[in-house]
Amino acid sequence: MTERRDTDLLFKALADPSRRKLLDLLHKHDGRNLNDLCEHLDMTRQGVTQHLAVLQEANLVAAVWRGREKLHFLNPVPLQVIYERWIAKFEKPRLKALGDLKRRLEKRHD
Amino acid sequence: MTRSTFVYVTYIRTTPEKLWSALTDAEFMKQYWFGVHGESAWTAGSPWKTVSPSGQVLDAGEIVEADPPRRLVIRWQNQFKPELKAEGDSLCAMDIERSGTAVKLSITHTIERAPSKLIEAVSGGWPKVLSNLKSLLETGCAVLQDPYPN
Repeated sequence: MTERRDTDLLFKALADPSRRKLLDLLHKHDGRNLNDLCEHLDMTRQGVTQHLAVLQEANLVAAVWRGREKLHFLNPVPLQVIYERWIAKFEKPRLKALGDLKRRLEKRHD
Repeated sequence: MTRSTFVYVTYIRTTPEKLWSALTDAEFMKQYWFGVHGESAWTAGSPWKTVSPSGQVLDAGEIVEADPPRRLVIRWQNQFKPELKAEGDSLCAMDIERSGTAVKLSITHTIERAPSKLIEAVSGGWPKVLSNLKSLLETGCAVLQDPYPN
């Protein structure tokens, strides 16, 4: 597995709203089984299974067998790698100020 | 649910032997763990502790299982924050397995209570430590020198 391929898999996995929602669900409550995750997504069981497979391939989700139950855990390590490689490097206080401004202006329309 | 767990996984282009040594060598550990190092004989039943750069004991416990270069299990209790220490023992398992040209490192940290402040506290630190460890083993230098850069 090359570094380039790792990065491609990671961004591809993040480029889908259902998969981002799965990450949010695991962030809220880690170690869930498939049934539990299906309850929160308007999607077939097969669809959720496929999304989980993409997330696992990108190493954003780690699956652990506990007896006969497969539990899914959010694995934030690749996100930390993205942060260091693609965010911290370009980060400037001015960007932060712009981000704050955008957030404040958009909040008014909520 | 009466248990709190996190599972963190990273794939590192190295060998199981080098990774085992990185997890158990005090001087090497300081390079990716922001100056913190572990002290132990790294055999089952040995006492274990982590020590800060200033010499303060941060966590203490015992090696429950040591099977180099495959599996290390530590009974882990926080020592420096009263509310975390009060939660008692947790178990931290580190599993190393070959995966193609890389090595898969899985860290599973569990405590028999939910919610757990200890699990919350340690889970925040591991991604930075693991990301640094990966970078150090693959490129020879750690990315972050400071856990909370300005």
